[in-house]
Amino acid sequence: MNIPKELLYTSTHEWIRMEDETTAYIGITDYAQQQMGDLVFVNLPEAGDTVNAGESFADVESVKAVSDVMSPVTGTVEAVHEELADEPQLMNTSPYEAWFVKVSGITERGELMTAEAYEAYLETCE
Amino acid sequence: MKLVFERSRPGRGTRYLPECDVPVVLPEDPGRGIPLRLPELPEVEVSRHYTALAHQTFGVNEGFYPLGSCTMKYNPAVNEHAAALPGFTQVHPLQEAHTVQGCLEVERKLEDMLCEITGMDAMTLQPAAGAHGEFTGLLLIKAYHRSRGDTARTRILVPDSAHGTNPASASMAGFEVVSIPSDAKGCVDLEALRKAAGPDTAGLMLTNPNTVGLFDPQILEITRVVHEAGGLCYYDGANLNAIMGIARPGDMGFDVVHLNLHKTFSTPHGGGGPGSGPSGCKEFLSRFLPGRESPDSIGNVRSFHGNFLVAVRALAYLLSIGREGVPEAARNAVLNANYMRIGLRDAYDMAFDTVCMHEFVMTLESLKEKTGVSALDIAKAMLDHGVHPPTMYFPLIVHEALMVEPTETESRETLDEAIALYRQLAEEAREHPETMHQRPEHTPVRRLDEVGAARNPVIRYAYEV
Repeated sequence: MNIPKELLYTSTHEWIRMEDETTAYIGITDYAQQQMGDLVFVNLPEAGDTVNAGESFADVESVKAVSDVMSPVTGTVEAVHEELADEPQLMNTSPYEAWFVKVSGITERGELMTAEAYEAYLETCE
Repeated sequence: MKLVFERSRPGRGTRYLPECDVPVVLPEDPGRGIPLRLPELPEVEVSRHYTALAHQTFGVNEGFYPLGSCTMKYNPAVNEHAAALPGFTQVHPLQEAHTVQGCLEVERKLEDMLCEITGMDAMTLQPAAGAHGEFTGLLLIKAYHRSRGDTARTRILVPDSAHGTNPASASMAGFEVVSIPSDAKGCVDLEALRKAAGPDTAGLMLTNPNTVGLFDPQILEITRVVHEAGGLCYYDGANLNAIMGIARPGDMGFDVVHLNLHKTFSTPHGGGGPGSGPSGCKEFLSRFLPGRESPDSIGNVRSFHGNFLVAVRALAYLLSIGREGVPEAARNAVLNANYMRIGLRDAYDMAFDTVCMHEFVMTLESLKEKTGVSALDIAKAMLDHGVHPPTMYFPLIVHEALMVEPTETESRETLDEAIALYRQLAEEAREHPETMHQRPEHTPVRRLDEVGAARNPVIRYAYEV
């Protein structure tokens, strides 16, 4: 299981890369993509949309299931990774490069885990 | 097999009537840029085309079909006979009421019986299928709160073990969905429900028995919590096979319910319909029902009377099995599910190893870890043996799920054969896991590229222009 040290994680299996105090990239973890299986569709928000910590901002679909993607922070969508819509397999092959959105103006952070804490948390998910 | 378009040859066809001697008059602007491209074949080839298609399908009439949550039971032919009677088929909804009294009687009788079975006071047969019935029921809840000026109730509580259509219907009806987690026993987490219920709660949508096949023992407490918060309780009765004639949603504290006549009440389904999803409610909501001459009605949700012939089948089914047959069918549905569960519990892990209702859920997570054989592999292998697989990867709260619903119409011999097959496949998975990823090998098409089909769907015939 790939869990990069420099990222933070949520209990709902999103990763977040803080660029600075108020800007971050968000995606889903290696564990999430493994659990979902081959991803075939992603529904992304639009630039300018507001995201709220702990609330769904996107959804992903595999041949097995549809799942909400929760935002780890409250802020405004500055950029959207449009290529994911055409190449959803990127979420499977390189989950930590397949960012969903870049969020800026972050005012609130939900409960985030370090890589070590997330690894320990995954033990409890098995 | 060849597509019907590939069999087509220009000018081919079968004509029984002489050429029309009345001149054909076309409008000056037909509105189409190119002529309609229909395949041209003689009748014999059309007949063979459809027969070949029929050979590639699988239905309850071919073999065992334990697709959990879908109630693929055998539908007795006598109900088809009733629905084909000319008095029911050769009518038009705009006929004068006095000429269709028999049809209206069918509707009224069925409404009354469904009210008795569900513990509701009024029913509409308009909704065309299950999710449509849910949507209609939610509009009743919305209309109720609005009639009281209570516009703050914008949220619908939906347990995570509910049917997947529940959150979708609530969203369509303009509500915000709040997911309520399950507890370790697979039932509603009461503490989480208490926390979520409040002045913004419009209602709760509950599937009971839930999608792991368990009847929630706290059901009375659940509906009380929601009512005390000022919300209404919605019962997803899509699948009433486990409780009909034995327990009634109305007695459990529910205010609104919908039923899928095409699941429990004898209409073949799985091919796209037509279905029927009547919505029922308690008396205090009846003035909001569609099809009523009431100023408070939410209005029609479907043209005319809904899918009337499905209602005919349902009434024929209820009349033919009778008052004693209804609970007997439910008991046998529960008995058959538990018979299979006990027959499989040492070969497969049960998600919740306890007495189930009409269906049970197995988890193949440990099998996958040990052998690499997934629920999908086992399901695909069943196709080689002429058995339809169970529902896969649902409910989402169980990993590597296979959800089995044998229904009451299967014999003990069929169940024994299925148990033997399931056990054989579990053994093959342990001994020769590598062979399991290639199945099926004896079906018209082999393992399909589901990912490729979803990512690059080819959904129409590409003409050579």
